[in-house]
Amino acid sequence: MTLLAAEALNKRFGGVVAARDVAFALSAGEMLAIIGPNGAGKSTTFNMVGGQLRPDSGRVLLGGEDITGLPPREVCRMGVGRTFQVAQTFLSMSVIENVQMALIAHAGRTRDMLAPTSRLFRQDALALLARVGMEAAADRPIGELAYGDVKTVELAIALAAAPRLLLMDEPTAGMAPRERARLMQLTAGIAREEGIGVLFTEHDMDAVFAHADRILVLVRGEIIAAGTPEQVRDDPEVQRVYLGTTGVRAALRARRAHG
Amino acid sequence: MDPSFLLVQSLSGLASASSLFVIASGLTLVFGVTRIVNFAHGSFYMLGAYVAVTVVPWLLEIDRSPWLFFAGVLISAAVVGLLGVAMELLLLRRIYKVPELFQLLATFGVVLMVQDAVLKIWGPVDIPGPRAPGLRHGVEIFGQRFPAYELFLIVVGPAVLGLLWLLMHRTRFGVLIRAATRDREMVGALGVNQALLFTGTLFLGAFLAGLGGALQIPRVSASAQMDLSIITEVFVVTVIGGMGSVTGAFLAAVLIGQLQAFGVLVFPKITLVLVFLLMAVVLVIKPWGLLGRPEPAAGRAALPEGILSPRGFGGAERALLGVAVASLLALPLFGDAYAVKVATEVLVFALAAFSLNFLVGNGGIVSFGHAAYFGLGAYAAGLLVTKGGLPMEPALLAAPLAGGLFAALFGFFVVRLSGIYLAMLTLAFAQIAYAVCFQWVEFTGGDNGVVGVWPSAWASSRHVYFYLVAACALGAILALRHVIYAPFGATLRAARDSEPRADAIGIDVRTHRWLAFTLAGVAAGLAGGLYAFSKGSIDPTMLGIPMSVDFLAMILLGGIQTVMGAVVGAAAFHAIKDVFMPLTDYWRFLLGASIIALVLIFPRGLGGAWGALRART
Amino acid sequence: MAEAVLDVAGLKAGYGPAEVLFGVTLALRRGEVAALMGRNGAGKSTTLKAIMGLLPPRGGKVRFAGTDITGLPPFRIARLGLGYVPEERRIFTDLTVFENLEVGRRPPRAGRDAWTPERLFAVFPNLAEMRGRRAAAMSGGEQQMLTIARTLMGNPDAVLLDEPSEGLAPVIVEQMAEAVLRMKAEGISVLLSEQNLDFAAAVADRAYVIERGEIRYEGTMEALEADEHVREAYLTV
Repeated sequence: MTLLAAEALNKRFGGVVAARDVAFALSAGEMLAIIGPNGAGKSTTFNMVGGQLRPDSGRVLLGGEDITGLPPREVCRMGVGRTFQVAQTFLSMSVIENVQMALIAHAGRTRDMLAPTSRLFRQDALALLARVGMEAAADRPIGELAYGDVKTVELAIALAAAPRLLLMDEPTAGMAPRERARLMQLTAGIAREEGIGVLFTEHDMDAVFAHADRILVLVRGEIIAAGTPEQVRDDPEVQRVYLGTTGVRAALRARRAHG
Repeated sequence: MDPSFLLVQSLSGLASASSLFVIASGLTLVFGVTRIVNFAHGSFYMLGAYVAVTVVPWLLEIDRSPWLFFAGVLISAAVVGLLGVAMELLLLRRIYKVPELFQLLATFGVVLMVQDAVLKIWGPVDIPGPRAPGLRHGVEIFGQRFPAYELFLIVVGPAVLGLLWLLMHRTRFGVLIRAATRDREMVGALGVNQALLFTGTLFLGAFLAGLGGALQIPRVSASAQMDLSIITEVFVVTVIGGMGSVTGAFLAAVLIGQLQAFGVLVFPKITLVLVFLLMAVVLVIKPWGLLGRPEPAAGRAALPEGILSPRGFGGAERALLGVAVASLLALPLFGDAYAVKVATEVLVFALAAFSLNFLVGNGGIVSFGHAAYFGLGAYAAGLLVTKGGLPMEPALLAAPLAGGLFAALFGFFVVRLSGIYLAMLTLAFAQIAYAVCFQWVEFTGGDNGVVGVWPSAWASSRHVYFYLVAACALGAILALRHVIYAPFGATLRAARDSEPRADAIGIDVRTHRWLAFTLAGVAAGLAGGLYAFSKGSIDPTMLGIPMSVDFLAMILLGGIQTVMGAVVGAAAFHAIKDVFMPLTDYWRFLLGASIIALVLIFPRGLGGAWGALRART
Repeated sequence: MAEAVLDVAGLKAGYGPAEVLFGVTLALRRGEVAALMGRNGAGKSTTLKAIMGLLPPRGGKVRFAGTDITGLPPFRIARLGLGYVPEERRIFTDLTVFENLEVGRRPPRAGRDAWTPERLFAVFPNLAEMRGRRAAAMSGGEQQMLTIARTLMGNPDAVLLDEPSEGLAPVIVEQMAEAVLRMKAEGISVLLSEQNLDFAAAVADRAYVIERGEIRYEGTMEALEADEHVREAYLTV
């Protein structure tokens, strides 16, 4: 069944079209990747789903409910967890405090001025950290962790809201190569077991082709191809875009002109 | 109303707009290139006036010609420009990369040093300047007399705007300034030495401030209060115009000049409130001012300057705390009246500073006008007792209410902004509160304030009142400290660390910050109320900029990274002030130098030193 | 083999806690055009920024014309004769075309004709027509030409060119290729980062392929074009 549906999303910045009639659907437990060159509109699409941007037209439906244009904090309360291209964590806190904070927010207790924070949801937070394999680092300051581990903790933070949908913007960006596969495997495993839909953008093609169930290819704000990894890999249009054959004749003429 | 009167009114608005613009253009240029809001810009203005009242009469001795008058004005401006260069080389260069709070404090340190330097050089008496030869007469405009010098000033603003335009568009230096205002890094990558560019910009900025001051001498005497009175107006102009935009500053200056000229006819007492309303409206609609541009998001992942994961008290700290509280409470038993008075004040300031660090250290909300809520609490309590005839108890309840109410009102606007805009807005609100208390003489007693704010009979002995203050202040501090350790405090730290992350886990950041601002206002208001009864009087210095800076200096000295640092800082600051102030005529100079030294070499304060000591053992 | 004008050895860099370059080694020879190829996010732009000093290198060495420039401030590196054309164009939009060129102007270097606005307008005729116009009013392609012209005003010996063909219409890509070849003809060495294989093939002599912050391939442009395996592994999806 459809968890997330984007219907004819359009967004312009000044005269530039960042998204044109972008439409897709995502089922529970499915991993959907958005790929495309820089400036293709991946982040725009992503931010329209996450609430950071309001589309000029079109709708975003989560489990059948219209969430178009809701601010991120509302989108979160509807059951959407998110990770960022540059990991966003609470740097002054320890690993487990980061997760506890997300649990406190999820429980709606951020205005509580009485309870001692350190004891709230500690067991739940430990369980979430265990889920991503980070429980050993629970009491370390998050700023001391290797970047790959920070991104893994960020996944646990996103899971704290018991999301139906995970939005992951370039989940492996900035990670050392060997850490990347581990994070993607972990994400895919959790998504499938718990029936969480995952929408992610990614530059690392290994990560995309090993873990995505389906792939969308965006170019200049438009979806030019969509399908299983095999279908996308064999699409000549996709090949052309990624190898940049568009300027070929012009460039060759330029070369002849200069010998 | 008579149209010729309206015209003259409008002209006088233009004249003050002109002066304001000349000064504000310098501040906005310096900010555009260096991203530092220079508090000392008002000091440059004051120095321009003082140098001019020294140089111009001397030149006029030679010959009473208009040319020599204006030569003197330009010489004064150039001298001030060179002082700007000195400030860039000696101070600004070292603080381009430190957090905004420290930048503001360091430049305020310069303000304090200049104040005492001016007193030393020119003495405490205001110095009237000579009138400008050739412009001493009045001009008849539709039957109304208008001073010729004011007419001349009206021309100066557009002339400076025109000359700045030429400089910015027709010289390499100007083109580089404009380029650097947009993208400093790229200018460097094209081979431009930014250090030289910054020094040059400071010369230009200080020159303009000095020019503004020197041009004022036929209208107002040079006085040691010129710096702070102008800087708020100039901040308001640059914020409304958009920081970094010279044309925006011009528009804003004209707008404010007219608003004040006509506002004074309609609401003679609250022209400043009109200006504040204009600023609030502009900032709500255009958060970056009329012609300003959004600051590029920092986006960097750096440890925040503030309270980190708060630890509970360790054994040593518990013992220290116990000894400290016990000896404090025992003080009236063996200390003299003076010691009890000092201890009372320390407790009051500890609460005020703690509430400020609740915002700054815990919430990352850099308030530069915290004295407003302290002072409004004091005024609420003081006025209720003296004018309202109420006893102390309800007045002491009203103090935190007043502080909280105004903090809620001002905070509603404040939390919509961030970074330097936020700091400047808090400052502007504080200055407005100050101005109202200062100007509304019938109600507030103006400059002199109100005396006779005494506690109820049962608390009238120094000792009893001390215990009352101790109970209130320690109770409030412990309550606020508890909030820091509770989810609400953690949520504020979370939003300070990463707003996008806080938003993404479902936190309404703005509402939480607003609550925090209000809560801090309540605590500061309580401190203010307690202070009023301990002094027996209220006066506008309780909500002035120097008081806000004292609070900031306390938390800086204590260390904004630690929970209890503010308390230690307040005690240390007040003790130092108490010991050294009677010993020196140059207390402000010493204080300014100490603030700069703190920022440059000791930014973590006493709390940071204690933490380091603890970490080593 | 010509001497290397730019020599990068084991360069490491990143943003905050994120590591991007894990030891990049490459060389640019005098008078050549070399292409640094790779997918989005592979580390191309980061490499150029770290060379230019815009991002502090965390390890490794960068030598330019025999001088160690590792960790120097960007303006010193620029003054030594290394030009930089950024990816996002970073035109000074409030300034006119002419003023943008003025910002880039540096004194001429011995033994070479200095670039002047007039000489540049001859190379980029589009710019000549709009010299007094605010750069904000220019099209993307025109802005891209302006960034190159602006850098040439510094009379560089070598230029780092970040993603010159990205987001440009084919006809502008053609002009861009001409501009690169013109630089080469003037004796300027060029290191460009590029995803577009055809563009790189049209202008470059040699190629490096970067993937996940490390150089994975080095060879002539012809060899890279012929090597289907490398292309599939590092450049396509």
